[in-house]
Amino acid sequence: MKGWMGKIRVLFLLSLLTFILSGCGKENLTAFLPKGYGAEVSLDLIILPLVVMVFVFLVVMAIFVFVLVRFRQKKGQEDFIPKQTEGNKVLEVVWTAIPILLLLIIAVPTVQATFDLADESSKGDALNINVTGNQYWWHFNYDEQDIQTSQDLYIPTGERVYLNMMSSDVIHSFWVPSITGKMDTNPENENTMYIEANEEGVYYGKCAEFCGPSHSLMDFKIIAVSPEEFETWVADMQNVDPEETVAQDATEAVQEGRELFDEYSCINCHAIGSSPTAIGPNLTNFGDRTKVAGVIPSAVDEQYSKEDLVNWILNPDELKPGNKMTDAGYLSDESFGEEEASKIADYLMQLQPSEITPDDAGEGLTVEQ
Amino acid sequence: MSSTTMTQKQGFAATLWDYLTTVDHKKIAVLYLIGGGFFFILGGLEALAIRIQLIQPNNDFVSNGFYNEIMTMHGTTMIFLAAMPLIFALMNAVVPLQIGARDVAFPFLNSLGFWLFAFGGILLNCSWFLGGAPDAGWTAYAPLSVVSPGHGVDFYVLGLQISGAGTLIAGINFLVTIINMRAPGMTYMRMPLFTWTTFVVSALILFAFPALTIGLFLLMFDRLFGSGFFDASLGGNSIIWEHLFWIFGHPEVYILILPAFGVFSEVIPTFSKKRLFGYTAMVFATVLIGFLGFMVWAHHMFTVGMGPAANSIFAVATMAIAVPTGIKIFNWLFTLWGGNIKINSAMLWSLGFIPSFTIGGMTGVMVATAPADYQYHDSYFVVAHFHYVIVGGVVFAIFAGLHYWWPKMFGKILNETLGKITFWTFFFGFHLTFMIQHFLGLMGMPRRYAVYLPNQELELGNVISTIGAFLMAFGAIVFVINIIVTTTKGEQVSGDPWNGRTLEWAIPNPVPHYNFKQLPLVRGLDALWIEKTEGRKELAPAEPLDDIHMPNPSILPFVMSLGLFIAGFGFIYQVDHPSWLIVLFIGMGITLGTMFIRSIKDDHGHHIHKEDLDEEAR
Repeated sequence: MKGWMGKIRVLFLLSLLTFILSGCGKENLTAFLPKGYGAEVSLDLIILPLVVMVFVFLVVMAIFVFVLVRFRQKKGQEDFIPKQTEGNKVLEVVWTAIPILLLLIIAVPTVQATFDLADESSKGDALNINVTGNQYWWHFNYDEQDIQTSQDLYIPTGERVYLNMMSSDVIHSFWVPSITGKMDTNPENENTMYIEANEEGVYYGKCAEFCGPSHSLMDFKIIAVSPEEFETWVADMQNVDPEETVAQDATEAVQEGRELFDEYSCINCHAIGSSPTAIGPNLTNFGDRTKVAGVIPSAVDEQYSKEDLVNWILNPDELKPGNKMTDAGYLSDESFGEEEASKIADYLMQLQPSEITPDDAGEGLTVEQ
Repeated sequence: MSSTTMTQKQGFAATLWDYLTTVDHKKIAVLYLIGGGFFFILGGLEALAIRIQLIQPNNDFVSNGFYNEIMTMHGTTMIFLAAMPLIFALMNAVVPLQIGARDVAFPFLNSLGFWLFAFGGILLNCSWFLGGAPDAGWTAYAPLSVVSPGHGVDFYVLGLQISGAGTLIAGINFLVTIINMRAPGMTYMRMPLFTWTTFVVSALILFAFPALTIGLFLLMFDRLFGSGFFDASLGGNSIIWEHLFWIFGHPEVYILILPAFGVFSEVIPTFSKKRLFGYTAMVFATVLIGFLGFMVWAHHMFTVGMGPAANSIFAVATMAIAVPTGIKIFNWLFTLWGGNIKINSAMLWSLGFIPSFTIGGMTGVMVATAPADYQYHDSYFVVAHFHYVIVGGVVFAIFAGLHYWWPKMFGKILNETLGKITFWTFFFGFHLTFMIQHFLGLMGMPRRYAVYLPNQELELGNVISTIGAFLMAFGAIVFVINIIVTTTKGEQVSGDPWNGRTLEWAIPNPVPHYNFKQLPLVRGLDALWIEKTEGRKELAPAEPLDDIHMPNPSILPFVMSLGLFIAGFGFIYQVDHPSWLIVLFIGMGITLGTMFIRSIKDDHGHHIHKEDLDEEAR
């Protein structure tokens, strides 16, 4: 009998655990399962006030339920006039003082954590990355390393990385819930925030400040790799020669794609290499990315295919309304068709300058060639 | 001949003319109720469209651009065109009666305030048919609102500017009314709580709305006249908009919620048959909340990059508001304690408010915790939080207040069965819709997302939320049916159906248009209750029966507002072609012309002679 009860209890606890875990949301996206320092601090300060508030709520509810049960009008009592109490000094002092104490319990760690998360003491020695929010994509400039990239932000694990953030157009907000909370990118002033990933992984980021029709299609990623892998990635990215982006054994289509990329002026907006041009996303390591335009295909753990990319090149406005590629000249050029798009896609997909890819951080997706 | 039979004999056109020209606060309350109710339904339909769009990932019920218009208009409509006027409907219907006055201080301005609101709201909604509604969110953050193409945001600016002027006028009017027109003996500390909250809120309006006015003017100049207040490349600064907006926007939350507190502070004592517990503390808590409401605006901006010092100060200041709010919750609970609690529809809404609003207040302290807010901010957690406050607080109060004061406004009691159906479906639907959104937010769903992507474990929560929204809609529809059923079939009730405590229940139904034949003498808090406990049925008069001075009706407020409405189109379209300036001049000409007429034409009102009063009494 006892064993049977025990099993039930284990089963109950297990199912509760599964429920709670499944209710936490997607790993590497949800703020409930922090993978970075900022997210941990935030979660602590989500839990502490929550516990205090649940306590207050239970007190309120206990009184509430009691008075409703005890003092509800009974049959035949309709005309009963209860005693008209004006108030009670002691009670009123109690329910003023106790909330003040409870709030102090929350306020002190709040102030501490606010200053902690705004700390810039190690900024000078740390890796600094300039982040630019654009309608509707993210640009990352590793100034000291002379690396430019977009959409996928590579960082080393276990150390503070400082992000210096601005916007090129309207206000956006950089949010990677499992790593850290938000920081807005403003058009007029630079905001600084540090992030620190505890473990390797691909973390999903979103724009959190309403920025126009494709606000909900402005996803990006943080790819946290080990410090050694990060070194390799930096070296590989620095080695990119914008003139030599086609592999030796590349197919004819790839080489034609390279020429079409210039011919249709893609290069005017999209830099390959460390050129600071960033009217559109930098494409240096496009072949290593798992999404086109940050969100295609939309299912999180799906890798884009060539069809996706061709479709994007031909219909950018349909897939991401209001983005700036809609104005690109090639779209109104009659000589540009599916064939050209396909060749450009071939070219772009072989832009894989580094051996370090999202796979190394655990994405588990491989680029289809 | 009583005034009801007169109304019955009037034709439709005469009734319409009566309402277009009325300066009677009771009729203006009805106008606010109709206007606010219409926009509430409109905003509700927009909410349903939002929830249908979000029922599944990557849904294409509406396009992204159209979703942004719907989402923007839902927020703007619900705050400015539904919640505010419905609150004003209650204030207009009740406050002059509660303080023993015959009307508000400036009846003409009262009418003007309503018509400005109405024409501002109509102007804003005209955008749907003229190339698209505003699409920059109800907060209209620059520079997005400056660069938003088309005329949508122009309609937002002009519409809100016009209706905002109406609100400011209404606020000043109530301030003066409450300061100057209280009946003899009605000292400040004898004022019913609803009057007190109206008083504090009017002061908040007086100081908060000018910030919005200035913000809207700057935005208007940026959009229509090429200035660069919010354009960083011209040396402007977009963060200034955020500050101006929230210096208005945060007090605005209290402008909505304090009258709600006032409503509950009337309903709960009445149906507990007990005087409000801790009246003095309630008054001071109200004033304190109003005051602190101006100190905390930047908690909407924790992620803007203000730095840790500013963030900390605003975090702690915000938490402080929980103290007076907590005092209020406990005072309501202890008003119930030891009472003889009768649970009807008005009371159900008030009781449902306590847990709902407590949750909203709790999440309020949570979002005030700046380092945690870095996660909550602009996510569905915040959406859930402010709906718990605005729906769980303000909308519940509007329902409670309408059930409670309907017999005073329309002489009939709203149907109880339908009232209870509305409450339970709406209450359950409300929690179903918004509770889950706290979790959605932390699971990584930002607000204002026209679509969310599949495989992010956001599907289930969104389905639940949409189901809840439909339950709320069902409840709201039943309420409309309730109004129709009650109006057509309900029975007339006496002037005091609830065994009320405050002055408005001392007046017979239907309320004569001069309210009090003789101004009453107030001898304490809960003036009517005091008389009842001493065995009297009514209050002693404070003046001999004499001629009553009443204001004349006027069409000028309507015409004045119509002029601004016309001028609004001129302002918006003159950027396309200068010939639209003609429309601008015509519109402003009408407004300024009517102002001129109002200034030079003396209108001393009229007197109701005491012989007529005697006759009417018979």
